[in-house]
Amino acid sequence: MQVTNKLTPFFENLNFDRSDNTMVVNFGPQHPSAHGQMRLILELDGELIVKSDPNIGYLHRGIEKMAENMTYNEFLPTTDRLDYIASTSNNYAYALSVERLIGLEVPRRAQVIRTMLLEINRIISHLFFLATHALDVGAMSVFLYAFREREYAMDLMEDYCGARLTHSAVRIGGVPLDLPEGWLESLAIFIAKLPEEVKTYEDLLTENRIWKMRLDDIGVITPEEALSWGCTGIMARGSGIKYDIRKEEPYELYSELDFDIPISDRCDSYGRYVLHMEEMRQSAKILEQLIPMYAQTEPKLMAHSPQYISAPKEEIMTQNYALMQHFVLVTQGMRPPVGEVYAPTESPKGELGFYIKSEGTPYAYRLKCRAPSFFHAGYLQKLLVGTYLADAVTIIGNTNIVFGEIDR
Amino acid sequence: MRKYTPKDNVQAKSYYTDRFWVAPRVPKTEVEKNSHFDKVVKAVDAKVKLQGAAVELGQLRIVIEAKDNIKVLTILRDSCGYKMCSELSAVDYLAKDGEFEIFYQMLNLDEAKRTRVVCRIKPGEAIESIVPLYKMANFAEREMFDMFGIPVNNHPHLKRLIMPDDWEGHPLLKTYPLQGDEFASWYEVDKIFGKAHRDIVGPENRNPALIDRYDSQRFSRVGYEVPFGAELNAENEKANPIEYSETLLVNYNAGTKDLKKRT
Repeated sequence: MQVTNKLTPFFENLNFDRSDNTMVVNFGPQHPSAHGQMRLILELDGELIVKSDPNIGYLHRGIEKMAENMTYNEFLPTTDRLDYIASTSNNYAYALSVERLIGLEVPRRAQVIRTMLLEINRIISHLFFLATHALDVGAMSVFLYAFREREYAMDLMEDYCGARLTHSAVRIGGVPLDLPEGWLESLAIFIAKLPEEVKTYEDLLTENRIWKMRLDDIGVITPEEALSWGCTGIMARGSGIKYDIRKEEPYELYSELDFDIPISDRCDSYGRYVLHMEEMRQSAKILEQLIPMYAQTEPKLMAHSPQYISAPKEEIMTQNYALMQHFVLVTQGMRPPVGEVYAPTESPKGELGFYIKSEGTPYAYRLKCRAPSFFHAGYLQKLLVGTYLADAVTIIGNTNIVFGEIDR
Repeated sequence: MRKYTPKDNVQAKSYYTDRFWVAPRVPKTEVEKNSHFDKVVKAVDAKVKLQGAAVELGQLRIVIEAKDNIKVLTILRDSCGYKMCSELSAVDYLAKDGEFEIFYQMLNLDEAKRTRVVCRIKPGEAIESIVPLYKMANFAEREMFDMFGIPVNNHPHLKRLIMPDDWEGHPLLKTYPLQGDEFASWYEVDKIFGKAHRDIVGPENRNPALIDRYDSQRFSRVGYEVPFGAELNAENEKANPIEYSETLLVNYNAGTKDLKKRT
C-alpha cells in the first residue's frame, strides 16, 4: 500500500511500471465524450478494458433535497435541470406524478399541447444524441446537419415558451400558455421536412463503412442483462425487449395516437442507433396526427380544481373567492392528499418517473427521481469490461446519458 | 421565550396550517379477487408474513419485514414475472417513527403492472443487498447508503456514490439542513486552501440567496460604486449616489436615454 501525502501523491500505475501489469487510466472527469462530468476509472490490459468504475456526482445539486424544501409549484422549474437536453419531459413527468396524486383531470387542449411538446423534445433529444454520438465516433458533418435541424425544433420551443433549454413549459394541472399564432403551421413545416433530414443522416451513416465498423457488435447488451441492470427506453428496446411506456401504460393522448414502437434484436450500438432514427420518424408521425386534434379542443388550458390550482386570471381579478384561494395557493402552496405515487413516463432516454411521498403538507416529504441515465451510467461498470478503450467512447455516447439527471 | 424549533426535522415547513385542517388521503383499495395483484399477494403471502397489501393509484403496495426482502423479491421475480426493479430508495421517518422506510419499485413487463415492496428498518440496522437478483441495485443501493447512511449487507462495492468519499453526514436525512452543515461549509475551504487558512478564508457561503451590501468584491453597487475590495461598513458607506455615475444611469421612466447628458 502506498503512503500518500502532499509530496508523494498516489501513483496509480506503480504496479504497471514495476511488472508490466494492468494500467489504470482516468477517463474524465473532463472528457469531451463523457458528455458531462464523469470520471471513469479504467483498468487496461493493453488496450483491453478489464475493469471499469464509473464515478459520478460532479454535477450533484441536491435536487431531491431541494424538492423537500420547496412547494410543489416552486419545484417545477428545478426539474428543467435534470435532463437538460429535453426539459419538458422532466417537467411533464413531475407534473404527471403530482396530478396523479391529486387526481386531476387535465383539459384536452392542454393534453394536446403537452403531447406535442413531449414529442418535439424527443426529437430534440434524439437529434442531440445523433450529433454528439456521431461527433464522438468521428463523423463531423452529421453533427452540423443534426444541430441545424435541432435549431428549428428549439425555435419551435422558443416560440411557445420563450426558452430554448430550460422550458418549464408544463404546469401542474395543464399548460401555462396556448399555442401562439402560426405555431402549428411552423410545426407542420418542421415535421414535413424532418423525415427527409433523417434520411440525409441515414444516407451519411447507415451504410457508412467506418460507422458500421465502429458500432457493429460494440456494446452488446443481452436482454437478461438489460432487465437486470435497469436499462429502459431504447437501451432495452435495442435488446429486443418490447416495452414502451407510451404504449403499455399510456398517459396523455398516446392511447389515441397511431404510432409504432421500433424494436431491434441486434443488441448492439448499431441497433440502438437505428432505433433512434426510427423513433424520430414516429415522433413526426405523432405530431402530424396531433395538429388536427388541436382545432377540435376547447380553449381551456388549466384544470379546474380551485383547491389545488389557481383559477384563470379573469376569475382572480373579478371574483373574491378565487382571489382568496389564489392567495393561499401562492403563499402556502397546494397540499396534496397523504399518500405516495410513482408515475412512469417514457422520456427520450428511457423510463423517467417521480416517486412522491406526500404527508399532506405543501412540501413533498420525499421525492425520488427515477432517472434512466442513472442506471445506464451504472451499467457502464459491466458494459465496458472486455471492450477496447477506443470503443468506450462509442459506448458512452451510445448510452445517451445526461449528467443532469444522473447526479441530480 | 424563544420559539421552539424541532431539531429532528429541519426541512421547510408550512408557516401556517389551519387548526381544523385534516389532510385527505389518496384512495386505497383492497386487492381485487383474481386480479394480477391478487396472485402476487397470494404468492408472497404463502412464503412470508405480509404486513399489509393495498392498491394505491393503480399500483400494488405490499408491506413486508426488512429481513424478508430477498425472499419476497425472489418470489416476485421468479413466479410473478417482475423481471425489472425500476427503483429503490429510502424515506426518512426517523423523526416520526424512528425508522427508515425502504421501497422497491417493481415492474412486470409482460402485464405492464407495477408493485411497490415496502419495508422498514431501524437506524444502524443493515438491509440485505438485492444485487444478486437485480444488478441495478448496485448503484441504487450505493446511492441510498450515501444519502441516508443505511448500510447494505453483501453489496459488492458499497461506498459513497454521489458525495465525495471523505464527506461526513448523509444529505437526505431530515436532520440535515438544506444549506449543508458545519462540515459542508469548511469542506472546500480545507480542500483548496488547507485547514491552516480557515481563519483567513472563512467558511464557504452556502446560501445562494445571501446578499451582503458591505461586500464590495462580490456585489455591484450601482450608483454607489466604491473601489473593488474597499472596506465598507455602516459608518463609511456613502448616503448619496456618487455624481459621476448619475450620467450613466438610465432613467427608464423617461422612455429614451438622455444622451446629451453624457457629453
